[in-house]
Amino acid sequence: MDFSSLSLVALTVSLIGAATPILLAAIGELVVEKSGVLNLGVEGMMIIGAIAGFAISVETGSVWTGMLAAMAAGAVLALIFGFLTQVLLSNQVATGLALTLFGLGLAALLGQNYTGMKPPPSPRLDIPVLSDLPVVGPLLFGHDFMIYFSLLIVFAVWYFLNRTRAGLVLRAVGENHDAAHSLGYNVVAIRMAAIAFGGALAGLGGAYLSLIRVPQWTEGMTAGAGWIALAIVVFASWKPGRVILGAYLFGGVTILQLNLQALGISISPAFLSMTPYLVTIIVLVIMSADRRRASLNAPASLGRIFHASH
Amino acid sequence: MSEPLLSIEGLSKAYPGVQANDNVSFTIQPGEIHALLGENGAGKSTLVKMIYGLVRPDSGDMHLHGKHYMPHKPSEARALGVGMVFQHFSLFEAMNVAENITLGMEDAPPRLELAQKIREVSNAYGLPLDPDRLIGDLSVGERQRVEIVRCLLQNPKLLIMDEPTSVLTPQEVDTLFTTLRKLSAEGVAILYISHKLDEIKALCGSATILRMGKVVDTCIPAEETAHSMAEMMIGGELAMPSAREFTPGEVLLELDGLALASLDPFGTSLENVSLQLRAGEVLGVGGVAGNGQDELLLALSGERLVDKDMVKLKGVGIGSLGPTARRALGLLAAPEERLGHAAAPDMSLSENGFLSGWVRMKLTKSGFVRRGRRDDFARDIVSRFDVRTPGISNAARSLSGGNLQKFVIGREVLQGPTVLVVNQPTWGVDASAAAAIRQALRDLAAEGAAVLVISQDLDELMEMSDSFAVLAEGHISKPQPAHGLSIEKIGLMMGGNLEESAHA
Repeated sequence: MDFSSLSLVALTVSLIGAATPILLAAIGELVVEKSGVLNLGVEGMMIIGAIAGFAISVETGSVWTGMLAAMAAGAVLALIFGFLTQVLLSNQVATGLALTLFGLGLAALLGQNYTGMKPPPSPRLDIPVLSDLPVVGPLLFGHDFMIYFSLLIVFAVWYFLNRTRAGLVLRAVGENHDAAHSLGYNVVAIRMAAIAFGGALAGLGGAYLSLIRVPQWTEGMTAGAGWIALAIVVFASWKPGRVILGAYLFGGVTILQLNLQALGISISPAFLSMTPYLVTIIVLVIMSADRRRASLNAPASLGRIFHASH
Repeated sequence: MSEPLLSIEGLSKAYPGVQANDNVSFTIQPGEIHALLGENGAGKSTLVKMIYGLVRPDSGDMHLHGKHYMPHKPSEARALGVGMVFQHFSLFEAMNVAENITLGMEDAPPRLELAQKIREVSNAYGLPLDPDRLIGDLSVGERQRVEIVRCLLQNPKLLIMDEPTSVLTPQEVDTLFTTLRKLSAEGVAILYISHKLDEIKALCGSATILRMGKVVDTCIPAEETAHSMAEMMIGGELAMPSAREFTPGEVLLELDGLALASLDPFGTSLENVSLQLRAGEVLGVGGVAGNGQDELLLALSGERLVDKDMVKLKGVGIGSLGPTARRALGLLAAPEERLGHAAAPDMSLSENGFLSGWVRMKLTKSGFVRRGRRDDFARDIVSRFDVRTPGISNAARSLSGGNLQKFVIGREVLQGPTVLVVNQPTWGVDASAAAAIRQALRDLAAEGAAVLVISQDLDELMEMSDSFAVLAEGHISKPQPAHGLSIEKIGLMMGGNLEESAHA
């Protein structure tokens, strides 16, 4: 076997690309779960974002407009979930699963006429001199703008949750919704806002796939990325910084197995394709082995229905 | 008489099927400590929630300092100087003291300034607090301090306290009363809800008594006895458990070095818990909540498994057996949480009776439910324990706390246990239901069973126990005769001073 064709720099650059859609969806879902809501519809919101972003970009010729449309579409889908679970008090798990199925079906329907088209190109960061530096250039200064934006969002979420009063209130709602309600906070409104934010970022993650990473529209193109995003939130024990670690770890294993497949390694490609998912499962099991520690960071009201009785 | 701080005029509030408050009126003077008395479901909670802006009255009016007062939400009430300390604390376990206090304030100062203020105020009132500690790591008494300090930081004129002492050690109660008297002397009025009539007698200057949502009486607690106030609350005679001769029989239950790690990140692990329980004995286990009570119940019920010989029933090691096997052998348990642990909320009473009683009451035949026997068992519980419900097909959730508790205890008692373990048997249950439950447990012991009662209510334990032990930080003290124990000594034991009590 010849590993010399594997360039570490090239691998790293492409793993960041593979990780970014998951990173965006996961940081959105983290905020949702911090508010105490479990939205399993990430996959559905991502694919709706993918087709909405793609279609609007093709129609308007602007990647930016497409990105905004993807966020809006994800948020609208999320708000349907929010209305069902927060106002009509439906079961969050069942509603989330239904949202995924609905999103996949609707996206396939909407995307029928867009298969095989090319979206408008998206700008890349290209700083003279810096971007041409060896190693450092491609690693730090050669990415598309969304990658910088995704890292910025993670930092912003961390700052919001840990340094602002609004973030404290959001965490309080997720920790103990009855107590938050008795202190006079509007639990439902806060959760709706978090759900919409989570939907917008999932939609953006989907649009990143169809507009920048692939870039074209194919049915079912998210291929489980939404589920991985959900797993990464748990892996990160609901800490924004660790979401980056989890997403890049998953991206790394994905890229590595693709490269190994390309090298013609004597393991069946079916097994190699499994590895990112297997690694995710193994890491999750290890992370949650210590029940005391695992439950310390989890929002205590996660997935519980809030009913303001009195 | 000076102008009242708060006057309540004809407040009414109805929920579907219940008139929670019916034309309630009374006044509170500045600096007055005013007690609100009543059984469970008398409407106390609804009333204070209306004063605090959590619930809107259907009709009626309130005046604060002579001005119209009708808060739409708690933040308005707080802004006008009305603070409230809840029975179930509105605290966030995974957050620190300062964050919790910030959440309850309208215009919280920046972090460092707030931490400084918390230290100042908490020390000034004898309630020292470290702003950086996690709530989950605090004792119940310290958690209550957080609630009180949160109110005090907003300079309240009226402080509402809902059952503040039900979870405190006697020493903590003394500290609390000192603080409340100091506040009262500074002109802060306190509206005080409690079931503990002796405390009301010691602390409160006046009392309003509610029954079925109506004001039925007012009194000056110092001029009444606890017994006479209890009778005003229930509007009838209070049945007291009869005294009983206790002659210990053979050892039925033996714990030998029981150890169990807690699964709750804020729970307490049991370490080396040893005790013996004899036939005919009621053993009371006191201690502040969160010192291993839940873990002890789980280890005894069989929900958590331990080494075989750590738990012995009649000399046979059963620590490795699950709940069903233990029930078959005669070790039964009734946990604290009624809805969701002791009973399945949405299942009917007959189904709930079956879930616990099917082994001992032979409610199945070759895998099928014997419905007639199942329903007879539930009916038997309902009639013998005076459970007030329209029928056994009603969901457990639809019963009031006291009635469901009577059902849960009755279900275990009627199975004829060798050893019965109960946790907080009368928590949140009114005086007459509590008396009935205590009497049933004592009758069970009189018939030769052994009963282990875990409770935070010291009066209850003193009233019904033959022997008494304290659980503190996962360790248990040596059981000693309950007769002749002083409240001061128990308080020291509850604070973790087990050595001294063992020598005494």
